[in-house]
Amino acid sequence: MEKIQLEQLQEELFHEKLPNGLEVYILPKSGFNKTYATFTTKYGSIDNQFIPLGKNELVTVPDGIAHFLEHKLFEKEDKDVFQDFSKQGAAANAFTSFTRTAYLFSSTSNVQENLETLIDFVQSPYFTEKTVEKEKGIIGQEINMYDDNPDWRLYFGVIQNMFHNHPVKIDIAGTVESISKITKDLLYESYETFYHPSNMLLFIIGPVDPEGILYFIRTNQEKKEFSEQSEIQREFDPEPEEVAEKKQVLKMNVQSSKCLVGVKAKSPSRSGEALLKHELSLNLILDVLFGKSSKVYEELYNDGLIDETFSYDYTEESGFGFVILGGDTPNPDELSARIKETLLNVNNSQINNEQLERVKKKKIGAFLRSINSPEFIANQFTRYAFNDMNLFDVVPTLEKLTLEDIQNVANESFEEKYITECHVVPKK
Amino acid sequence: MKLITESVQKIDGISLHTIDTDKYKTNTIVLKLKAPLDEQTLTERALLPYVLQSETKSHPTTTELRGYLDELYGATLNVDLMKKGEYHVISIRMEIANENFLKDKTPLLTKALTLLSEMVLNPILENGSFKETTIENEKRSLRQRIQAVYDDKMRYSNLRLVQEMCKNEPYALHVNGRVEDLEKVTSASLFNYYQKVIEEDQIDLYVIGKFNEKEVKETVSNQFKVKNRDPKMVKLNHQNVSKVNEVIEEQDVKQGKLNMGFRTNITYTDSDYHALQVFNGIYGGFSHSKLFINVREKESLAYYAASRVESHKGLLMVMSGIEFNNYEKAVSIIKQQMEAMKNGDFSDQEMSQTKAVIKNQLLETIDTPQGIVEVLYHNVVADKSRDLSEWLQGIDDVSKEDVVKAANKIDLDTIYFLTGMGVNK
Repeated sequence: MEKIQLEQLQEELFHEKLPNGLEVYILPKSGFNKTYATFTTKYGSIDNQFIPLGKNELVTVPDGIAHFLEHKLFEKEDKDVFQDFSKQGAAANAFTSFTRTAYLFSSTSNVQENLETLIDFVQSPYFTEKTVEKEKGIIGQEINMYDDNPDWRLYFGVIQNMFHNHPVKIDIAGTVESISKITKDLLYESYETFYHPSNMLLFIIGPVDPEGILYFIRTNQEKKEFSEQSEIQREFDPEPEEVAEKKQVLKMNVQSSKCLVGVKAKSPSRSGEALLKHELSLNLILDVLFGKSSKVYEELYNDGLIDETFSYDYTEESGFGFVILGGDTPNPDELSARIKETLLNVNNSQINNEQLERVKKKKIGAFLRSINSPEFIANQFTRYAFNDMNLFDVVPTLEKLTLEDIQNVANESFEEKYITECHVVPKK
Repeated sequence: MKLITESVQKIDGISLHTIDTDKYKTNTIVLKLKAPLDEQTLTERALLPYVLQSETKSHPTTTELRGYLDELYGATLNVDLMKKGEYHVISIRMEIANENFLKDKTPLLTKALTLLSEMVLNPILENGSFKETTIENEKRSLRQRIQAVYDDKMRYSNLRLVQEMCKNEPYALHVNGRVEDLEKVTSASLFNYYQKVIEEDQIDLYVIGKFNEKEVKETVSNQFKVKNRDPKMVKLNHQNVSKVNEVIEEQDVKQGKLNMGFRTNITYTDSDYHALQVFNGIYGGFSHSKLFINVREKESLAYYAASRVESHKGLLMVMSGIEFNNYEKAVSIIKQQMEAMKNGDFSDQEMSQTKAVIKNQLLETIDTPQGIVEVLYHNVVADKSRDLSEWLQGIDDVSKEDVVKAANKIDLDTIYFLTGMGVNK
């Protein structure tokens, strides 16, 4: 077991890679009541073309299957796993993102039993035609719920505008039509391919004894057999650099309009330190340009074009990346024009050292705030690890970023051909 | 084991609550202002905290104020409004890095408290009143906030249920106020109301984290000078239900929203409050509950089907998203499960499972600074002191009989259904 000291944060992180390839991380948090654990596979909604385990041919699976599989893993032949967790006083949940599927629980007692339940239920799939059919009704309602949600539609709308081919443009839950094609055999095939321990990470955070927990996990995994797994073969169609659509307007049953502007990342193929630096740099620029203490924010607010829903963020992984910014606005055309103008006219003189130092301080404080949260640490640590980055490098990396670094990123990222917009407006 | 170490001190008109814990990398400050929900001042009250947090004397524009917060290692400042029973509560929160985790050892907490006191007690004025431009900006934002509810169908249907169910009670009022009142708000009227708030509201200040307690007390005594007061209390009357009110509304939506409101006739101060919580847990509070199992798992009618309790008003709200033509079926299952609860048709296992999850939830809540404040503030709202260990014990002590007794106090009051255009049920 490897022990990593996080000196400035006054924390210790324990790590071990098991013989079957499973990465295990444990962060003891004394003083907390709650233990939070996530068991995550590097398998998300974008993984829709791959070579199944033990085969040679590429397959394309129905949209929404990773999310469907997430739902179905909770149901076993004789029981529902939620029941097991609640008997042990735990709350369980799961979520599917573009690149990950995570299963999790939090509990303040019976930690070892809950951990066993978590690992075992994820590692024992049970699908039948009948239960697969039943789930289609539930997920159909989940899809309908999101269809009525203007913020979700807008978010996906702007992503759809950006991409020609990349499956990040596909709604995570799929459509009622696409999930109708999911069968138990397809679920097993995806499961076998992506749920191998070597494609997974287990993170435990809470008032736990790392030695004891790790011993328990090792023993649990030694009892199980896994087939040999070579690198998973995923396939993505080539994606042009420029956006697919410049603009989309969705008419919905709403009273207020909304607007998001998207900036598609140029050559999003970084990982590790390069990705971390790039991601932080872009987020710093966005803070300089659009943060609440920026000139642009003040003008947009005073002109009545934005309100407290205005937000911005840059995210990048596995061949896709984007800035998304915007919010509720009475005038989507005007807001997107002003945002674009700001992005396209960034010049180096706008970003000075004083500003850089200020937004760095802001980010460092925000990082301290977020690591109060066990959920944040577990979920984000996993995301970082899947991209060969380390969450705990954020502050040292931030401190090292120079004015030149962020000016360079600003200069190369904002070009007309990467920018798109999506609006939601009232029907009528 | 003491779960939360809270020390409370009256400093003239303000109650200072300090919670000493080394769990966090930050310190959290929450200022709570409580007054009865009142139609006359509702909208001004909803506007006020946003005006206060716009600027201060030392940082006279929003941009300067926000820049100063960035300098303080991205201290957060935000405000919100809540209904707690028939009280309208303003919260102003700040969270600030604990300098122990920084290379720079500036005393951040003192700076944050100083800023907060200036913001609330010594706002920037123009001709003896709030700045006109600020008022206009914040009126516009509030209008937008009020309207936003209509675009989130889950929140909207929840709001509509409460409006229909509590028609003649203050509880029907919306925390963010009413658009039609906004036009009437002027800088002068808001400033008058502000003065009343500072003189009359119940004021509680929570500070959570690792800090020098003596220093915080001194800072608060020096900076937060407000006169003693006798805060107004609301006497809650439970309403009788004579007949179930059914409201069906049509809109252009894909999914129907079914919301059902029950009167529990039990609130936080009552001795059967714990029994009500256990009731709610078995009935619809969790993913092992009857509603989730029967509406979702058995019948595949919904993605979510859940219930929650309004602790200070004595209501139980059920919510679910369903297909339009499943209305009758879903309503009948939800009613059947309520009958099952009243008849004691639930197992010992459901009891123990639910107790375990409720206790887990309470303990988890106090792992976050916000959670600690919310748990402790119940006692202020209800004017009753219930220690967390008492609370946990109270859950343990609930018997099946207690749950059945609580269940039999519960009456269905209103069914609200948001359905598609032209869909006949």
